[in-house]
Amino acid sequence: MNVPACGRCLARSWLVARLAGHIDKARSRIEQVLALDDEELIEAVGGREKAHVEREFEGVDVDALRGRACDAGLDALCRCDPAYPAGLLALAGPPAVLYVAGDLERVVDLISGDALLDDAVAIVGARRATGYGLDVARSLGRGLAVAGMTVVSGMAVGIDSAAHAGALDAGMPTVAVLPGPADRPYPASRRALHRRIVAGGGAAVSEIPPGTSVWRWMFPARNRIIAALAAMTVVVEAGERSGSLVTARLAYDIWRPVGAVPGRVTTPQAAGSNALLASGRASVVRGAQDVLDRLFGVGERIAPEPRRPPPPAELAPLLAAIAEGHETAAAALARAGFDADRGLAALAALELAGFVTRAAGGRFRVAS
Amino acid sequence: MLARIVTFAIDGIDPRQVWVEVDIRSGLPAFTIVGLGDVAVRESRDRIRSAIANSGFEFPQTRITANLAPAFLRKVGPGFDAALAVGVLAASEQVPAEALSAYAVFGELSLSGELRDSPGALAVAEGARRAGLGRLIVPRERAREAALVQDLEVAGVSSLREAAEVLAGSAFPPLPAPSARDTGVGGATGAGGAAAEPDLADIRGHAAPLLALEIAAAGGHNLLFEGAPGTGKTMLARRIPSILPAMTRAEAIEVTRIHSIAGLHAAGLIGARPFRAPHHTISSSGLVGGGTVPRPGEATLAHHGVLFLDELAEFQRTTLDALRQPLEDGYVTIVRGQRALVFPTRFMLVAATNPCPCGFAGVDDRCRCGEVDLRRHSRRLSGPLLDRMDLLINVERPTEQDLRAPAQTSSARARERVAHARERQRFRLAGSAARCNGEMDSRLVRRHIRLEEAAEDALAQAYAVGALSARGRHRVLRVAQTIADLSGHARVTHGDLLTALSLRQRGEAERTLAA
Repeated sequence: MNVPACGRCLARSWLVARLAGHIDKARSRIEQVLALDDEELIEAVGGREKAHVEREFEGVDVDALRGRACDAGLDALCRCDPAYPAGLLALAGPPAVLYVAGDLERVVDLISGDALLDDAVAIVGARRATGYGLDVARSLGRGLAVAGMTVVSGMAVGIDSAAHAGALDAGMPTVAVLPGPADRPYPASRRALHRRIVAGGGAAVSEIPPGTSVWRWMFPARNRIIAALAAMTVVVEAGERSGSLVTARLAYDIWRPVGAVPGRVTTPQAAGSNALLASGRASVVRGAQDVLDRLFGVGERIAPEPRRPPPPAELAPLLAAIAEGHETAAAALARAGFDADRGLAALAALELAGFVTRAAGGRFRVAS
Repeated sequence: MLARIVTFAIDGIDPRQVWVEVDIRSGLPAFTIVGLGDVAVRESRDRIRSAIANSGFEFPQTRITANLAPAFLRKVGPGFDAALAVGVLAASEQVPAEALSAYAVFGELSLSGELRDSPGALAVAEGARRAGLGRLIVPRERAREAALVQDLEVAGVSSLREAAEVLAGSAFPPLPAPSARDTGVGGATGAGGAAAEPDLADIRGHAAPLLALEIAAAGGHNLLFEGAPGTGKTMLARRIPSILPAMTRAEAIEVTRIHSIAGLHAAGLIGARPFRAPHHTISSSGLVGGGTVPRPGEATLAHHGVLFLDELAEFQRTTLDALRQPLEDGYVTIVRGQRALVFPTRFMLVAATNPCPCGFAGVDDRCRCGEVDLRRHSRRLSGPLLDRMDLLINVERPTEQDLRAPAQTSSARARERVAHARERQRFRLAGSAARCNGEMDSRLVRRHIRLEEAAEDALAQAYAVGALSARGRHRVLRVAQTIADLSGHARVTHGDLLTALSLRQRGEAERTLAA
C-alpha cells in the first residue's frame, strides 16, 4: 500500500476520529467544527477530556497510523499532496487525509487535479426512492458515464446505489464517498456494490481512518466531500428534510452548479427536489445532456444516444401504449387493442428484445 | 357373561377396527373401561348408565368390565358410546348376543338415550366393509354418508332403543331421503351445489388473469396472484374449483371421508372440489396436520381441491416451510410417539400477495415503500415455496368500462377446455407418476416437451439475457406445454412459449437492483 500522507495530516485525521463522539454533540455546526485547527478543535469539543486528548495527540504514533491504513488495504492522500483532489480545497475544512479503497493510480486520474472539476458529477437522492427515481438515477448514471464523466455518490440505499449501478452498467469507474472508513461498506447491505465499485476501477473514499465507528455527524461531513469532489451535484429525488438537500446546499455554497430531476408534485419523495427547482437554485435535469449543457455550454458536448433498432411493426402499438404511461399489462393491451391471448405473448416478446422492462407489481416501463 | 361387538376408531383419517368386549360378573356394582381410552371414553360410563336407564332397559347392578382392544391403540372421543352400551345390553341378555357378529356400531350417546351425530361415519363404513361385516348402525344423520360404501347395509338410528330393535331383527329403518343439508348429490360427476358455486361468469375485466386461471387449472399448476388490495385476487381464486375437472367417485369419497372426520360436512357425497383458505395466523400443525392426537390440517382438507393462501407474506416462515413435503410428495407424514400417520395432500396451491408492503408498488404517487421495504417483502416471499409456483399473475383493478361489459366466459365453457387439455396430458403422461403438466419433474419435461424451432430460439434468448433461472426455465416449459395442450398444438409454438414467459415470476436478477 501507498501511504504518502504526511505526519501532520495523519495526526489530524487521528484526532478527528479520536474526538468522533464529542464532535457528534456539535453536529448541527459540523462544517464550522471541521474547519477549526487542531488546538481549537480540542478546545471546542474536548470537554473534560481536553487535557487527556491533548497529551495523546502530542504523543501520537504516525507510523502506526500508516501501518493501520496499510493493514486495512487503504491508500491515503493528504491535503499537502499535489495529487490531492483540488476540488476539496474549496471547502472551509477540507479532509486532512482521504483514505482510498481501490487502485490509487487510476483513482488519482479520476479525482485529482483540475480535471476533476470538469469531469465528476455527483448524483444523490433519497433512500426511500420511487421506482421512477431509481430508473432515472440509473439511466443518468449510465448516460454520464458513457459521456466520459465520473459519477460520484454516497453508496446509500436507493438513488445513490442506482447511480453507481448505472455507471457500472456502462462499464465505467465510479467513486463512492462513505460516511465511515473506506474499507467498510456502509450500509453493510452494499457489500456487493462496494466490491463491484473497487473491482470496476473506481474507488470508495473517506476521510475517516480505518477502525473508527460511524457517528451521525459523519453523514453531513461525507456530503460536503461529495459536493466538493464533483463539478456539479444532481439531486434525483429528495424528501423535504433529506440529506441530499444538504449536499445540494453545500455545493451551492461553494459555487458549484446544482441540478434536480423533476418529480411528481404529489410524491413526498420528490418534495425536496421539486422545492429546489422552484427556488431557482437548481436547474432542471432531464437526462445526461442537460448536465453536459450546464457544465460545458449548450451543445458543446453531446451525450451519446443509446442506439436501438425499431421494434417489429406488429409490436409497435403496444410499445407506444407503454411509453404513453399505460404501465400495467391490462392497460397496455387495452390501449393497443390486443386481446389477452396474443397480448401476453407480445409483451414477453418486447421484454425479451429489451424494449421494455418489467418492474414490481408487473408494471412495464420502456427500457432506458 | 361376555359380549363382543366391533366398532372403529379413527386414526388420522383411517378407520382401525376395535373390539368392544363387555364382561358381566357377580360382585359389587362397578363399571370399568380399560383399553387406552381418553377422558371422553372414561366419561362414557356415566352417559351409558343414564342412556340405558332412560331407554327403558335395565343397567345391571353387578361388576361390569369393558375392554377396548387392541389395547395399544389410543382411543379418542365419544364415538365408542353406542358400541359399549350395546355390549352391556348384550352381556346382560337384553339384546340377542348372537346378532352382534354381523354388525358394527358407531356413535355418541346422550343421557336420554339418543344417538348423536358423530364425525367420521364414512371412514367407519369403509372399515366395516373391509372387515367383512355386512351391517352397520350409525346415527341417523350419518346414514346417507355411510351408505356411500357399497355392499353394506346401513341402519341409521336415532336412539339406543332403535339400535336394539335393529339388532333384535324387529325393525330395519330405511335410508332417510336426501335433505337440504346435503352438500352434494351422490352422482358420479358430482356437479353438486351448482347454483351456489361461484362462476367465472361473475367476473368482469381481468382478461389476462382469466386466461392464466384456465392455464393453471388445465395443467394443475400452482399459481401466485400479485396485486394491490381490492383488485379481485380472492374473487378469482375462489372460482378455480369451478373450472377444475370434476372429481371421480373415488376422489369424491376420499374427500367426503376426510371432511366427515374433520366434522366439516353435513351429509351425502361432496361433489365440488374443496376450497380451503386458512388465515395467515395459522400454525404449521393447523396447516399440515398434527396435535397430540393427529388431526388432518388444511393441506389435507384441500386434498383434490385448492389450498388458497391469501396474504402469503404474512404467514410465518416456519409454517410455509412445513408445506414443502406436502407439495413435493402429495402427502404428509406426522410422527407421534412410535407411530407415523400419513395424510394425503394433493392440492393445487394458490397464493395471493401484495406486490409490496403497502400494496401499491409501481404506482408512484401511491406507493410509500422504500427499497428496503421492498427487499424485506421479497425476502419474505422467496424460498422453496416460490420454486413451486409455476405461474405469476398480476391482477389489476378493472376499469369502469370492464365493469359494464358482458361476461367474457363461464366456468362451464372453461371447464370443457380444461377437461380437453387434461385428456391430452393423461394420454401423454400415461405410465408415469405425473397426472398433469404441473406435476412433471425435470426428467419428464425433457422427455415429453417438444418445441417448435422459433420457440426453442425464444427460450434460449430468454435464458441468455438472464430473464430465467435454470429452475425458472423448467417452470416456463411446463406452462408452455399446458398452453399448447389448451390450443391443441402438437408442439409448443413460439406464441405458446411467449405467453408462458409473460406469466413467469420475476427472476432474482430483476427482483433486486444489481448491487
